[in-house]
Amino acid sequence: MTSRPTIGVFALQGDVREHVAALERLGATAITVRRPSELAQCDGLVLPGGESTTMFKLARTFELFEPIVDRIRSGMPTFGTCAGMIMLADRVKDGTRDQETFGGLDVTVRRNAFGRQVDSFEGDLSLAGLADPVHAVFIRAPWIEQAGESVEVLASVEVAGADRIVAVRQGHLLATAFHPEVGDDDRVHGLFVDLVTQ
Amino acid sequence: MAEMLKGGVIMDVVDATQAKIAEDAGAVAVMALERVPADIRAQGGVARASDPDLIDGIIDAVSIPVMAKARIGHFAEAQILQSLGVDYIDESEVLTPADYANHIDKWAFNVPFVCGATNLGEALRRITEGAAFIRSKGEAGTGDVSNAVTHIRKITGEIRRLQGLRDDELYVAAKELQAPFDLVKEIAATGKLPVTLFTAGGIATPADAALVMQLGSEGVFVGSGIFKSGNPSERAEAIVKATTFYDDPDVVAKVSRGLGDAMVGINVSDIPEPHRLETRGW
Repeated sequence: MTSRPTIGVFALQGDVREHVAALERLGATAITVRRPSELAQCDGLVLPGGESTTMFKLARTFELFEPIVDRIRSGMPTFGTCAGMIMLADRVKDGTRDQETFGGLDVTVRRNAFGRQVDSFEGDLSLAGLADPVHAVFIRAPWIEQAGESVEVLASVEVAGADRIVAVRQGHLLATAFHPEVGDDDRVHGLFVDLVTQ
Repeated sequence: MAEMLKGGVIMDVVDATQAKIAEDAGAVAVMALERVPADIRAQGGVARASDPDLIDGIIDAVSIPVMAKARIGHFAEAQILQSLGVDYIDESEVLTPADYANHIDKWAFNVPFVCGATNLGEALRRITEGAAFIRSKGEAGTGDVSNAVTHIRKITGEIRRLQGLRDDELYVAAKELQAPFDLVKEIAATGKLPVTLFTAGGIATPADAALVMQLGSEGVFVGSGIFKSGNPSERAEAIVKATTFYDDPDVVAKVSRGLGDAMVGINVSDIPEPHRLETRGW
């Protein structure tokens, strides 16, 4: 792997620009991915925040769905934030009837688990692998209800007395329920760039 | 907050059935209202916030964010919408204004607001009042995209102009824009609004969406253009696709085929000035 990896940001919908900016600040070459030919150039892929129903529908229509599933299965490092975490999950609760995900991450995610827009919140969060807490922004965020044995839990938040998983890693896959791309703290993206370059 | 909607289409819907059609077509959010702007325009009378039952029905029908409109300055309507749990409030010129001097103090709410603007100064005044999301106004309910084009060009053009000014010229620029100096200075440095910018008002075709996206919009609102057309479901999907591939004419051409009749529309120039919605907001 070269020292300057090419990392794609899935760009059919969502906060693409923020991810591109974070990746470029970290020295990666960031490209937007809307077509299979663009996916083919990527050493790693970011699935941004947005609406997972829209992302799924457009990925199917524009023939990006199967190529992404194949790349994830064959080991391409992939990082999903919020809706992107939903797209990486093997199982989704409270999705729409026909909603599918790319999968790969052995977890069950609950969509909009923290509630509606007014229930969005931010706070400092300890994340395994980072020395200092990250400022985490949760917007209509999902959480992970169940994680398989091979999934490493990186962060949780307490909701009504129960710990809810909000950041995980499983081999080449990284996912957060919050939005590390919002703001100027690039350390979580740094973990992902390390996954791509190692 | 509204960053997650970027690259997406927000659709006006009047009931749960339309809301499902919008969600299935790939909308990133829906705007719940009793009458689409074309009908408000045709029927006249005072247009107010929607019945809570209607909004509840739409919230229950879909999993994507639900927005609803309050009248300009009508903070009590906005309080009701917040209590219903809508995801965004649109303080909208499409409804009859409740206050001809003041807009809502949006900082007083937890729910984020989207507001219309025709130029940069207006956008910055709304942001100063707490708006988390700006859309051009266009001329709602017409299917005529010309005012939306004027407004998005004006907003982005004024941002470009600020970027070319010397620091000592920004004071007068702020005065002329009738906007706070700190915000003007920030925009001169970053070259963009500090919040998400969409286009609204008169978008009726996939090509309309591609046009305003190429002019610097980060997403689109479609009001009457979908459910006043001959084939709402297909048209909704086509506009979603054109918004994503706005810079790829092959895709926009492909999705534009066989959509049936677009909404009939009204030429903005045929609407007498006092009846234009774009002039509402101060």
